[in-house]
Amino acid sequence: MSDLFLLRHRTIAGLNQLSIYLENGGFKTWKKAVTAQKPEDLINEVKASGLRGRGGAGFPTGVKWSFLPNNIWPHYVVANSDESEPGTFKDREILEYNPYQFLEGLMLASYAVQAKDAYIYFRGEFWQIARRFDERIAELTASGYLGDHLFGTDYSLRIHTHLGAGAYICGEETALLESIEGRLGQPRLRPPFPAVEGLFGLPTVINNVETLTNLPVIIGEGAARFRSVGTEKSPGTKIFSLSGRVKKPGNYELPLGTTFRELIFTHGEGIINDAKIKAIMPAGASSALIPATDVALDTPMDYESVPALGGQLGSASVIILDETVNISDLVKDTVHFFKHESCGKCTPCREGTYWMSCIIDRIVSGKSKKEDIDLLLTVARNMQNKCFCALGEFSTTAVVSAIDKFRADFEARLES
Amino acid sequence: MEKLVTLQIDGRSVTVPAGTMIVDAAKKLDIIIPTFCYHPKLKPAGMCRVCLVDVGRPQIDRATNQPVLNEDGTPKIVFGPKLETACTTPVSEGMVVWGATEKVMEARKEILEFLLTSHPLDCPVCDKGGECPLQNLTLKFGPTESRFEFDEKKHLSKHVPLGELIYLDRERCIQCGRCVRFQDQIADDPVIGFSERGRSIQIVSFSEPGFDSIFSGNTTDICPVGALTTADFRFGARTWEMENKASICTQCSVGCNIIYNTRREVKSGKIVIKRVMPRQNEEVNEIWICDKGRFTYHYANSPERLTTPLIRRNGELVRVSWEEAIEFAAQKVKAAGSKLAVIASGRLSNEDLYTLKKFSTEIEGKAILHTTISGGDWVSRVGMAPGSDLSKLEKGSTILVFASDLHEEAPLWWLRVKGAAERGATLIVANARKTRLDKFATHTLRYRYGEEAKALDEIISGKSEISMAVKEAENLVVFYGSDGLGLAQSAYVAEKLAGLLTSTGHTGKPNNGLIAVWQKGNDQGAWELGYKTDQHLEDTISAAMGVYIAGADPVSEDPGLKIALQRAGFIIVQDLFLTDTARLADVVFPAQAVMEREGTAVTGERRMQYYAPAVCEPEGTRPDHSITCAIAQAAGMSLTVATTAEIFEQMTAAPGVFHNITLNQLRETCEQWPRIGRNEVYYAGTAFDNKDGLGVILPLNQDQEKPLPAAIPEAVTVPQGQFLAVPVTRLYDRGGTVITSDMVKERITRNLISLNPKDADKIKAAAGDRILLHLAGRDIEGLLGLDNGQPEGVVLVTRSMGALLSTPALAAVSVIEPATQKS
Amino acid sequence: MNQLLRKHSLEVEKILAKYPPDQKRAVVMPLLHLVQQEDGFISRERMQEIAEIAGITTTEVASVVGFYTLFHDAPGARIKIQVCTDVACDLRGAREYLNGLCSQLGINPGETTEDGLVSIEEVKCLAACDHAPMFQAHIGDALEYHENQTVERTLDWLKSMIASMKSPASAVEKKTTDDGGSHE
Ligand SMILES: Cc1cc2nc3c(=O)[nH]c(=O)nc-3n(C[C@H](O)[C@H](O)[C@H](O)COP(=O)(O)O)c2cc1C
Ligand code: SF4
Ligand code: FES
Repeated sequence: MSDLFLLRHRTIAGLNQLSIYLENGGFKTWKKAVTAQKPEDLINEVKASGLRGRGGAGFPTGVKWSFLPNNIWPHYVVANSDESEPGTFKDREILEYNPYQFLEGLMLASYAVQAKDAYIYFRGEFWQIARRFDERIAELTASGYLGDHLFGTDYSLRIHTHLGAGAYICGEETALLESIEGRLGQPRLRPPFPAVEGLFGLPTVINNVETLTNLPVIIGEGAARFRSVGTEKSPGTKIFSLSGRVKKPGNYELPLGTTFRELIFTHGEGIINDAKIKAIMPAGASSALIPATDVALDTPMDYESVPALGGQLGSASVIILDETVNISDLVKDTVHFFKHESCGKCTPCREGTYWMSCIIDRIVSGKSKKEDIDLLLTVARNMQNKCFCALGEFSTTAVVSAIDKFRADFEARLES
Repeated sequence: MEKLVTLQIDGRSVTVPAGTMIVDAAKKLDIIIPTFCYHPKLKPAGMCRVCLVDVGRPQIDRATNQPVLNEDGTPKIVFGPKLETACTTPVSEGMVVWGATEKVMEARKEILEFLLTSHPLDCPVCDKGGECPLQNLTLKFGPTESRFEFDEKKHLSKHVPLGELIYLDRERCIQCGRCVRFQDQIADDPVIGFSERGRSIQIVSFSEPGFDSIFSGNTTDICPVGALTTADFRFGARTWEMENKASICTQCSVGCNIIYNTRREVKSGKIVIKRVMPRQNEEVNEIWICDKGRFTYHYANSPERLTTPLIRRNGELVRVSWEEAIEFAAQKVKAAGSKLAVIASGRLSNEDLYTLKKFSTEIEGKAILHTTISGGDWVSRVGMAPGSDLSKLEKGSTILVFASDLHEEAPLWWLRVKGAAERGATLIVANARKTRLDKFATHTLRYRYGEEAKALDEIISGKSEISMAVKEAENLVVFYGSDGLGLAQSAYVAEKLAGLLTSTGHTGKPNNGLIAVWQKGNDQGAWELGYKTDQHLEDTISAAMGVYIAGADPVSEDPGLKIALQRAGFIIVQDLFLTDTARLADVVFPAQAVMEREGTAVTGERRMQYYAPAVCEPEGTRPDHSITCAIAQAAGMSLTVATTAEIFEQMTAAPGVFHNITLNQLRETCEQWPRIGRNEVYYAGTAFDNKDGLGVILPLNQDQEKPLPAAIPEAVTVPQGQFLAVPVTRLYDRGGTVITSDMVKERITRNLISLNPKDADKIKAAAGDRILLHLAGRDIEGLLGLDNGQPEGVVLVTRSMGALLSTPALAAVSVIEPATQKS
Repeated sequence: MNQLLRKHSLEVEKILAKYPPDQKRAVVMPLLHLVQQEDGFISRERMQEIAEIAGITTTEVASVVGFYTLFHDAPGARIKIQVCTDVACDLRGAREYLNGLCSQLGINPGETTEDGLVSIEEVKCLAACDHAPMFQAHIGDALEYHENQTVERTLDWLKSMIASMKSPASAVEKKTTDDGGSHE
């Protein structure tokens, strides 16, 4: 296994205890940043590292931070721990087993944009994890790593947890902000962007848990160290959540640019019963279905190469489908997921996911006419580029690519 | 200066203020971009996605910051990969918008198809049929048939009461959120909301009572489909069967412009009012009205209406002919001569009041205005000047609201003052208790009931931020009401506030002046015509040989007046109902309601407005002025019977503020913005185009004799164990034009008497208890309500609820019957 | 009197302190969690109390309850089992597991056993895809994950839970059950 930047608990037992984290150099970077570095130094280092957001969009983190206006205060930082994309379970591992590194990252981000309050938004199901974080935050405050006048400086920082309550859309950053503010988790109009008008109407940085967990490495060990793995445009490592029809599902931290083949066959130890691999969903339920050709399997997993295959890297939740799977069943699952999670705000998503679910149910149950496959495709296409936020768009990707690439699976249902 | 931006839409150029959304810019060119969720009065939401258009912007060279040019020298325009919502995209310089390309039309059709597949196609029975944007837009842009299967259409409940006034048809709702956003952003009553999500998302209300907002009816106007309907109009009529009759609401002194929708009923053959709708007047009520104005018109149809004159015989009022009643009244009038007191109210039109004033002048009697507040002569001198418009008030302007609970007393003014505060105007709310306007105030000044004079001193001569905000304001608008005040106190308040406006140079120019929050639609008109209030009405009546009362019911307000009237030689009353006052009369004439006749009235902002009859009068009734003239004629006076139009001519020919005003002026309209008209394919609601006149603000009345200085009201000290009882006004009271409507039955204030909970604890009383209020010489009985926002030591007594308190007084309080003992 | 405020004044204070004083509305979700932990669901009276503390209307609180699937406005079974049948879990036998469990308990997904003790629901991804089949259980104020399940294993666990609920002495233990799946 290559360098671990993130899943360091796998080699250091008990890293989720403060004493052990400290013994392993924990919070040194934090102390140094607050006492000896300027906020701009941190922003510049992160920019130099080329770190890209791990929450899905892959936007350069340092650039995002520099959008915050310096004439409007206070600033906020929000950690996105909503992790709800079907097939994604990487943040949960960090939160349970390497929580302090994540916290240190969140603290560094807060210092970089001079936020004095930061929030961690946990999905509601992470209720116990959130409780543990309340304890950890109290512990850090008692030990002087959080609170007022840190290390005798003027800088103060408080971290608060906020618990969601079962809504995938709250992972979308503006819906997440609405949710913290005590409203329905429906996305906001943009512009204004959160960097200018975010939480409570003030400039806000929102970053994914994994993104933030990279920061102690980048600030502590330097951008060059971070860039020593991964590719030029996609530097660093990435946690790939591997699931579906593989022998050994799980999280694998690998350099960006590792091929699908290596992930699936080396780390995941191949397909259950050594069946034939059929398709890959590289970004959870929101992915396009990529037929598992040799070309596809040899494609490096990074922010440039996957789009070239017609997919997205997203949060790198790689779901593997083999020949035992009828793709229409899978599409039924994704469509039902999005129908359940559509926030209902915009017409195409609210209505489209509902109608897609009616049609796919008909198809899967063998009760449909041939035209229904095209009808399903039409509904998906009619939604595309018209939705208020990405959720609605996501709901169509699996449908369109599945009918495009695996139409026979749908037709097989008609005959039965 | 507003910054202007020029752009092109569908190949045509238009220049609009920066910040305008593409849809509104297109409206200026009469280009239709369909919308559902967008409403020009609400913040853009971009939810329905029907307004998608193709938007291009000039490409800017990053290095030079100059537009990149095509070969032919025109700026190079780049179009984004996606269509953009015209309702959320502000215009920018050089923008190019295409609103009818194939791509756009396709997208529109697809969105409409999505909406229609979940929408019932029950247009033939829908209340919105004929005025439905979804129906109209579908005809113009929609698919001809749907490809989705009808069986799978969600079937949802169709008659969900959100409250007793508003019903929801869940199948018809297209989740545009206009109603929810109206309640939140405009009414500040977020008592309806979305629940659940995805396709299951639905409108709910959890308030008690349901949909607890005095502006609820407006949501049915702006609902772009027939999902929200009023209990009043549901299944009432088809929109195309009805006629639109422009009128003015006279339930308070705002003077909202309205439309009565009328229809001739097949059974009775009578023309009746089916509903009341707002009529757009951006300077008065924009496109809104309150629920009192919308739902209480039923009084006109009440079976209790008087339809024949009555004369007292052997102690009983008996029906007689008009001739007999007129003759009888004329004899009495002749006998009384100058010892006749004339009492009128702002329920009458200017024409009635003018006639009555002439009548009293001819006999050299007194013309008295019966109302709760005084000081209209000051309003007449330093009121709002021509050219004023509350919606123009913003940063730099100050609004002072003194002793008024605008939300209850004049809801539309509350909305508009709140709007001004949100645009940045400095709002000062001075009152002895907490009111709903406090939340929007820049400063609140809390004084004690009875110490209004001190509070005024503080504002006028103090050095506080409040004083500065008042004095240094570019524009200053001052409202005063009668919260806790009687006539004497309000006369003083008006005089002081008028002095403040004058001394700070805030008179005689637009958007400056004094506004009295009258209870009736034309109180200000009466002042303009020279009527005065009488602080010693009891003595006046006692001393009179006869009293002639038109459109007023003083007995229901003041017990002293009842005794005085019983002593008066004789009483003539003209009214719609057999009021408490009419019951004491010797002769009663049946008059006509505002929707049955024409006339003019003056609002608190001194805007003169005209109204025409909407329905026929009940047989046997006459307009007030013609009753007055008939009595005068029979009494041999010079007044002769004339039509309303003729009286208007006389009135405007005579010197005074009405001089030279013409009917045409009152009925003039101009294009208003935003455009709301119902004839458009899309619109912002069912509010009606104003084709019948916007009215005119009267010139200031400087010639009127200067009011006499008011006495400083004595500060009251409240002895231990006693309370100060003060009168206050609530929106829904037991007035004759409110209780006669079944619609608002549930909303009428129940508690007559209100205490601070701490005081209630002290006397061991609880909400709902039957309470006795012992005032000097009499007792008042009523249900108790509790209010945290009112000061301790004070009992609030609601006006027009049958309790007879018109001026602050000392009182003791005791419990007669606890609420818990009642079944 | 606001019961919630009276009973949990400290907890409410703590929650209020998390957010800027002029953003009181933000306390809605934490307070709903607090109430649900105590009562198992959120009654209308509680919504009113929360509305009062947050300075918003009861309707606004109810809207929030309605939007989020983890908030319940009616009491449910004592033990609520939520099986993830989303894409990744489905690929690893979650649906067969769900059907097996349901048939053993004699109920359909979405139903509660006759004695009101156990209910089973299907839910969307719970971020435990690599340990499918899995479920999440709501028991009183606890929410716990159970991973790498088989029908038998779940039934055993249920039996012991029900037994411990019936014996008043032992309180329900609350911890994540990571039956077998570890992250070494
Ligand atoms: C429907 C939807 C769901 C999302 N869910 C998550 C999520 O669970 N976790 C996350 O970190 N980002 C999620 N995102 C992405 C966030 O909106 C946002 O881009 C991200 O938190 C930014 O952090 P990063 O720059 O560190 O990636 C989601 C986006 C969408 C549109
Ligand atoms: S696409 Fe529309 S309905 Fe779907 S989640 Fe986004 S805003 Fe809500
Ligand atoms: S999205 Fe523009 S009108 Fe609805």
